[in-house]
Amino acid sequence: MNLFDIIGPVIIGPSSSHTAGAVRLGKLARSIYGGSFHKAEITLYNSFSKTGKGHGTDKALVAGILGMNPDDEEIRNAFDYGKDAGLEILFQHQNSNRAYHPNTARIKLMGQNGVMSIMGCSLGGGRVMIIDIDGFKTEFTGEFNTIIVVQNDKPGIVAFVASYLAEKNINIAQMKLSRKSKGDTALMIIETDETPPKSIKVDLKDYDGIHKTIVVPTV
Amino acid sequence: MSLYTMQQIIEAAEEKRTKISTVAIELESKETGLSNTEIKEKMTCNYNVMKDSVSHGISKIIPSISGLTGGEGFNLWQCKEKGLSGETILKASSRAMAVSNINASMGRIVAAPTAGSCGIIPGVLITVGELLGKSDEEIVEALITSAVVGKIIAQNATLAGAEGGCQAECGAASAMAAAAAVELAGGSPTQSGDAAAIALKGIMGLICDPVAGLVEVPCIKRNSFGAAQAILAADMAMSDIKSVIPIDEVIKAMGEVGHAMPVEFRETSMGGLAATDTGKALEEKLMKKE
Repeated sequence: MNLFDIIGPVIIGPSSSHTAGAVRLGKLARSIYGGSFHKAEITLYNSFSKTGKGHGTDKALVAGILGMNPDDEEIRNAFDYGKDAGLEILFQHQNSNRAYHPNTARIKLMGQNGVMSIMGCSLGGGRVMIIDIDGFKTEFTGEFNTIIVVQNDKPGIVAFVASYLAEKNINIAQMKLSRKSKGDTALMIIETDETPPKSIKVDLKDYDGIHKTIVVPTV
Repeated sequence: MSLYTMQQIIEAAEEKRTKISTVAIELESKETGLSNTEIKEKMTCNYNVMKDSVSHGISKIIPSISGLTGGEGFNLWQCKEKGLSGETILKASSRAMAVSNINASMGRIVAAPTAGSCGIIPGVLITVGELLGKSDEEIVEALITSAVVGKIIAQNATLAGAEGGCQAECGAASAMAAAAAVELAGGSPTQSGDAAAIALKGIMGLICDPVAGLVEVPCIKRNSFGAAQAILAADMAMSDIKSVIPIDEVIKAMGEVGHAMPVEFRETSMGGLAATDTGKALEEKLMKKE
């Protein structure tokens, strides 16, 4: 913790969890989708649903999806920007779902990469966590550069990616594997200290069993 | 080396015959690798955002997103010369509410230490700085002093309303502002510690009970009280009134009080003002608007 965590950050109010955190969740969803999209279906859960309107959580999520930062004064006009960009936005509400954290949102994006569903929660003080991508359980915060590798669940891929990163002098801070069932598709989530090389998607593409690599920059 | 108590920081400053901000800058520089100038420049950026939010908030009535509040800072600013509380308190209090109004309207603010308590520190430091004719650089240094007090509170108690109630947000901000005001007014590091302790004791036990879960009622007015109390605490400390309980013990006690608070009183909107007939009726009305 440094002094600028105490006096700072600069954010758009009124709430670090319900507004600034929501912008970061939207921005993460945008990076995870990694392509252009024309429709967003957003489900707000629990406190996000109950107090979201007064906190501007809905606008904040859309602002993030559009790529705005948590200190952008245009967040309040996010719906207009969405309209101008031709983005169709739908909201759904689930007021009390005990299975989820009080401040949870599911963001479903539809566009050039098909449909992708990203779920995250706002933990307080603007910190967030992505907890689910297309049904795969995840746990990453956007505080690190994050590499997501969509792959077959088979031996050797983790070692290949790890040695690739070692070769590029990229240090792994955290790592998690998630699969729905044995031998099926799996998701490898790697949080790194350094910025991954721009060529990573191409470099990993041809390895047998790797479907796709997504790079999510820090938010 | 990290310092974990206010006493350590106060002693370091007294020993070197320097200000708490000087010690804080040195420590921050060691921990982050940023130079003294970089630290001051970074804090100046935050200070500039504070100044903007203050001047915007007192210039007109700005309604909140929910429509529940708006114009509190502007209204009090109109009676700063004729009010009963005296010009310094009235200016600091209206500026504090003005920043809270900006926050509630989805404007840009500096979390200080949180969004809910974002008005107190700018309200106090801009007003005291203006009263004493201080330079921006001196006010930025005072901000650094407030930050180090906040850091100690975060390390040894909490700054989150959900963990410790309003005392952890507005109480901490008031203590941080009081210590910084003393430094700005030329008081000693020891007096800064006493001022922080006196301010925190004044708000100890305050619950977090926002109506409809929004950072508006009673948060905006509590920012005003936090600012007024910080200035009074600074004056007390500089008239050599000591805090009988040392600042580090007050901080620890605040944390313990927070943890002992029932969950109803920790930002859940299940108790206090949020659970009154009017509070519940407002919540229902706002829910219907959704």
